Amino acid sequence: MAYEFDFSLINAANLKVLGEGMVVSLEITLTGAIVGIVWGSILAMMRLSSIRSLSWFSEGYVTVCRSIPLVMVLLWFFLIVPQLLQNVLGLSAASDLRMTSSLIAFSLFEAAYCSEIIRAGIQGVPRGQLFAAQALGMHYGQVMLLVILPQAFRNMVPLLLMQGIILFQDTSLVYVSALADFFGRAYDIGERDGRTVDMLLFAGVVYFVICFFASQLVRRLHKKAST
Amino acid sequence: MIEINNVSKHYGAFQVLTDCTTQVAKGEVVVVCGPSGSGKSTLIKTINGLEPIQKGDILVNGTAVCSPKTNLSRLRSKVGMVFQHFELFPHLTITQNLTLGQIKVLGRGKDEATEKGLKLLDRVGLKTQADKYPGQLSGGQQQRVAIARALSMDPIAMLFDEPTSALDPEMINEVLDVMVELAREGMTMMCVTHEMGFAKKVAHRVIFMDQGRILEDTPKDEFFGNVEQRTDRAKQFLSRILHH
Repeated sequence: MAYEFDFSLINAANLKVLGEGMVVSLEITLTGAIVGIVWGSILAMMRLSSIRSLSWFSEGYVTVCRSIPLVMVLLWFFLIVPQLLQNVLGLSAASDLRMTSSLIAFSLFEAAYCSEIIRAGIQGVPRGQLFAAQALGMHYGQVMLLVILPQAFRNMVPLLLMQGIILFQDTSLVYVSALADFFGRAYDIGERDGRTVDMLLFAGVVYFVICFFASQLVRRLHKKAST
Repeated sequence: MIEINNVSKHYGAFQVLTDCTTQVAKGEVVVVCGPSGSGKSTLIKTINGLEPIQKGDILVNGTAVCSPKTNLSRLRSKVGMVFQHFELFPHLTITQNLTLGQIKVLGRGKDEATEKGLKLLDRVGLKTQADKYPGQLSGGQQQRVAIARALSMDPIAMLFDEPTSALDPEMINEVLDVMVELAREGMTMMCVTHEMGFAKKVAHRVIFMDQGRILEDTPKDEFFGNVEQRTDRAKQFLSRILHH
């Protein structure tokens, strides 16, 4: 017997709820990407630094982040960070910090992935550029910010965007903290109406369509940049 | 102006420079030549601290390059450097290339820096290229911009690291012309180059290096005029590059 998808689930009320979920997903993606790139750049520069302690710290950070499952980190953050923040900021136990802790977890984790991309990007800029900038009398910060990073980022944009697409998919993992992102909302609606499979299929299609077109766009951008 | 005293450098067990000693006086033009791998590029890069050294000391205008107390960035801003592969900043326009150092390092205003940059660009004959990107220029043009960029910092001396080695033959002269003019204006220059025509025209002294050592440090007329007195290694090198 062929499975019959219940199209009546895709109604205005449900779409509104799903839309709110999508906003949460995008918010996490965007924050994770931005903080990830900034903190990732710093980590990458630390890794390439001649100061041993900085490079060790960065290497350790990246290794740890890449060696443990993201979903576990999210759970830790869900369990530890809210309590910590509540204690530090003196908030009542009732205040909802799930979003904050998710944002922090994703940002810190994303930074580890971005830093590896950025490190490769920095190393891809010819050494002569470093010499030329130094020879003009720029100090390290200026060399990086004005000469090396702009060139590195230009080469890295496609890779970073691809990483952003992966991040977008990974945001669905926040379901462990019962945060109502797109995936969570879809699941909730499915449970409520007893049509979990339908809703998860629908959510899957939406994720696929968004990521497919986004990566097509990145590919086109990459082609344009390399000509 | 530039004093190099007993400088030695090694990468691991590989000795790149051994006991190099020489000076460049104010207004003097010194050409450094020698076979590839002789350490001449490394030597010139030690002068503004781009290559660290393990032994010896270097003074530029009285400042010790290798002292940890020296503000190396400040010292570098006063010494112009031109590289074999131009090393213009590809993500910036020619004008931006010419003003970046002036604005960010010397703290000049944007208008002042642009005016100075364009004046220098005109001087190297590329006034019309101001808004282009380095990738749109030929090698010779890029190198002339690179010279203008170095001059925009009002350097007290200029270092050239094989400025014509990466150029097509027909572009070498346009770069050498700029360098000759600069030398005739009295700029203090140290040039790593194989262009012996340039050396004959404007150099005061010629340094010949081989295997990390300075084998000859001779006044130009003596170097080219009295070939019999040269070391065997220098004779061999000269006979190879002068006769074709």
